[in-house]
Amino acid sequence: MAEFKDSAHLIRLAGVFLLGLVLFVVLQRTMTPRSFGRYGPFRGDALAEISARPVAYAGHEVCETCHSDEAALKASGAHKTVNCESCHGPLAKHADDPGTVQPVLPDVATLCLRCHSKNIAKPKGFPQTDAKPNSGGKPCDACHKPHSPGLQAGDKK
Amino acid sequence: MTLNRRQILLLLPAATVAWEYVLAGNPDESPNYKMSEHWWGMLIDITKCIGCGSCVRACAMENDVPEGYFRTWIERYHVSDWHIEAPEVDSPNGGKDGFPPGKEEGGKNFFVPKMCNHCVDSPCSQVCPVGATFHTPDGVVLVDYNYCLGCRYCIQACPYGCRFFHPKKHTADKCTLCYHRITKGLTTACCEACPTGARQLADLKNPNDPIHAFLKTHSVQVLKPHLATGSKLYYNSLDGSVR
Repeated sequence: MAEFKDSAHLIRLAGVFLLGLVLFVVLQRTMTPRSFGRYGPFRGDALAEISARPVAYAGHEVCETCHSDEAALKASGAHKTVNCESCHGPLAKHADDPGTVQPVLPDVATLCLRCHSKNIAKPKGFPQTDAKPNSGGKPCDACHKPHSPGLQAGDKK
Repeated sequence: MTLNRRQILLLLPAATVAWEYVLAGNPDESPNYKMSEHWWGMLIDITKCIGCGSCVRACAMENDVPEGYFRTWIERYHVSDWHIEAPEVDSPNGGKDGFPPGKEEGGKNFFVPKMCNHCVDSPCSQVCPVGATFHTPDGVVLVDYNYCLGCRYCIQACPYGCRFFHPKKHTADKCTLCYHRITKGLTTACCEACPTGARQLADLKNPNDPIHAFLKTHSVQVLKPHLATGSKLYYNSLDGSVR
């Protein structure tokens, strides 16, 4: 059997493939972020980037560490399920630096009615009101104290 | 020292690996949070929702959601008592400013808060051509804003309409289940702001989470169960007319 004399071609071809493979590995390692595949088929650092976002709402546990009187009053009334920042707005900045960042009191004229205005789709047991005949023009907090909205102490409504 | 071509070729891969480690650095991670210990979902109690829009406003303030776009929103359903398959739905400005009183027309009326369902088998992540939408090991569907091309395929794929194209970032955007909050041990902004407890963040891997007792004792449903998306947004008292 005659010896295959053109084997040099195959060696060159193998060299080209090897070069291509090296190039592929180099490019792939360069262009794929290091954290890709750490937790799954995605860039793992994205998790840290997304969770690094600053918090705007401090959470009622943080509020209650200082404002325990208000928290206790609220827990006794009908607004016990309403968290502080639901009405007072996001106050993580105030919680971080209570001295300089002072919260603004919410305006009862719009605040109360966001929840308590009459609406056909609200659950039937939820207290809803026609503001004008009920208040006679006075602001809501003239009679109902927001932290314990019942008209008498211990009143659940 | 002189290098020939062969030596340069041999050195390149090693240099690449070294360069990668120098540049990448280590990401900041929440130190006390273990992803493997959580499996997040949310409970939405339709019998408690009053349509006040607190969740929509809180979400916008917490996450800088641009005006006119919504990561969560509230729909009001009016279902007549003669054609339950054709409900009338309104959602003025996503319910952000509350709802007008509505007309007495008979039938039933209720609010349905909506947001990303954080599906286990989410259509949005399946269609993403670059792997920018992904599932975290704790069950949250997120968007990698550096990887997203802005092709909008996922926005069309989501059967719940929960995604939008961010006008400034020029990427797809959606609810992150306040991932920056839940990894710090806080609840989401919408749950924090909900005055009636209609929304409750649920950790299904935590045996002490009240979700387990709730699921045992209530009629709970997910949206579009026939699509088998594996939604983790559990609706209590969900009407069949809700789409």
